[in-house]
Amino acid sequence: MSSRAWKFKDNISTDEITPGRYVGLRSNIPELAKHTLEDARKEFPSEVKSGDFVVGGKNFGMGSSREHAPLVIKTCGVRAVLAQSFARIFYRNAINIGLPAVICDTTKIDEGDILDLDLTKGVVTNLTKNVEIVFPRMSKTMEAILLEGGLIPYVEKHGDLLLA
Amino acid sequence: MQGKTLAEKIIGWHTGEGRVSTGEVVIVKVDYTFSHDAAGPLLINQIGKLKGGTAGLDKDHTIFFIDHAVPSPTKDLSNDQAIVRNYAMGNGLVLSDAGNGICHQVMAEDYAAPGNLILGTDSHTCTSGGLCAFATGMGATDIAIAMSLRKTWLRVPESLKVEITGHLPRGVFAKDLILKALSLLGTDGATYKSLEFHGSAIDELDVYGRLTLTNMAVEAGAKTGLIQSDERTRQYLRDFSREEQWKEIYPDENASYESEICFNASELEPQVALPNSPDNVKPISEVKDVKVNEVFIGSCTNTRIEDMRTVAQIFKNKEKAKGLKLIVTPSSQKVYLKCVKEGIVEMLMRAGAIVTPAGCGVCFGALGGIPADGDVIFSSSNRNFPGRTGNPKAQTYLGSPATAAATAINGYVSDPREYL
Repeated sequence: MSSRAWKFKDNISTDEITPGRYVGLRSNIPELAKHTLEDARKEFPSEVKSGDFVVGGKNFGMGSSREHAPLVIKTCGVRAVLAQSFARIFYRNAINIGLPAVICDTTKIDEGDILDLDLTKGVVTNLTKNVEIVFPRMSKTMEAILLEGGLIPYVEKHGDLLLA
Repeated sequence: MQGKTLAEKIIGWHTGEGRVSTGEVVIVKVDYTFSHDAAGPLLINQIGKLKGGTAGLDKDHTIFFIDHAVPSPTKDLSNDQAIVRNYAMGNGLVLSDAGNGICHQVMAEDYAAPGNLILGTDSHTCTSGGLCAFATGMGATDIAIAMSLRKTWLRVPESLKVEITGHLPRGVFAKDLILKALSLLGTDGATYKSLEFHGSAIDELDVYGRLTLTNMAVEAGAKTGLIQSDERTRQYLRDFSREEQWKEIYPDENASYESEICFNASELEPQVALPNSPDNVKPISEVKDVKVNEVFIGSCTNTRIEDMRTVAQIFKNKEKAKGLKLIVTPSSQKVYLKCVKEGIVEMLMRAGAIVTPAGCGVCFGALGGIPADGDVIFSSSNRNFPGRTGNPKAQTYLGSPATAAATAINGYVSDPREYL
């Protein structure tokens, strides 16, 4: 399944992904998700389609530890977030809720490009540009958590918090 | 043998082996876990998905804070706060209720001790590194697991040494040091790393200022910020009647650092972060003619009693500029009470300030002091990302509480040395 890229600039903060002024909606994730990334791109929450990709530059998700940031992106139906680099807490949070966060060379992706992702092979294919972007595997534990669909199912499966 | 950094030492003490090295991925036991009203409902929901449920919760070391929007401005937030309050009380956990203070300040007053490993659902959890605790922020799911199992997994981070030589000049504070460091590091200059602060300016800095430095380590992307535990740490713990929790901790002399930055505090003037990033920093002499509509003196970055005394000294017999909104939010109830006893609250009110209950206040953008379209805010807090203070059409400058106070008097960004 291939879908379009929504390209964002470097240093997208969690304040832009899900602003603090909507804190009152945090117990209503579908409503909160209607404001996803609206300060960075106003049209994003109304136009994003299931299976689309969020594509950042450097340091995507900097700032707060609010897990609602990857959660609202996932709730919008986004298949994966691709970026040259991620802020530490956002990256961990995304994997913990089963949202793939892929570190790859996003300079080869422009707004609206059609992409495909093969997580197991470690390849993003830019079908618009006919380019393959290879990315290194994430750490073993991170990969194991993601494969289980997140940290809660991972811990439930093993009955404990174990390193992969 | 290769010496150990502060991060390696403290993480090592929390593993079965007792020793770790940078780059290792390890399971560690956790001394304290905490959450708050902005993340707590999600975390509580995640704990509910675990078969073990609440059985593993360590009643004395699991803390819930209500601090992000206090007093609650809406029914939705009141409902979220009720979830957190009822959960903490129902399970016999520690509850720090609305008005008691910002989680990081209360952790530093009442709980965090040298050598601890602390996890919280808030990026500024690293504040407790000023007391030489390895403290780091994580999301609701990670903390749900850490609360239930009293452990987490992490990679032992590389350490980046920030050497600050010289001495703090008059009118220059810990906030100016960390803004200077951020200008050198950038917002991703320390991603995944431990920022370890060293040098004569750090040796001379009391813990209240050290907490300001470590608070903003995350603004460089760091996992934590750490400062040695020394006689000043001991004095701080004595002030909070818990000197018995002190232990001396220094990094080994032959510890290995991935990289190092260095600057001289003696050569600094007050620093200001311009919109829209905390690393967009200039010395105050280069920030001219910036008219300000609102000044916020608050947040977990500062507004400890020492900061409030400095602010009071600047406001003595003076008033804020006409038409400017001045909001002062002590970081905890303990600080607030001291401000009342010392006459600081009265002085601030006579200067034209609104003094609010302790909490995150304007910094989080959820209540009290949300700026108008086009407003310029000068804030003593830690972030000035777009929309941070509740209105994406406003702009925020960051500086020390002293610079904020001088700015409030003049109505434009001003050098506090004029008043000190």
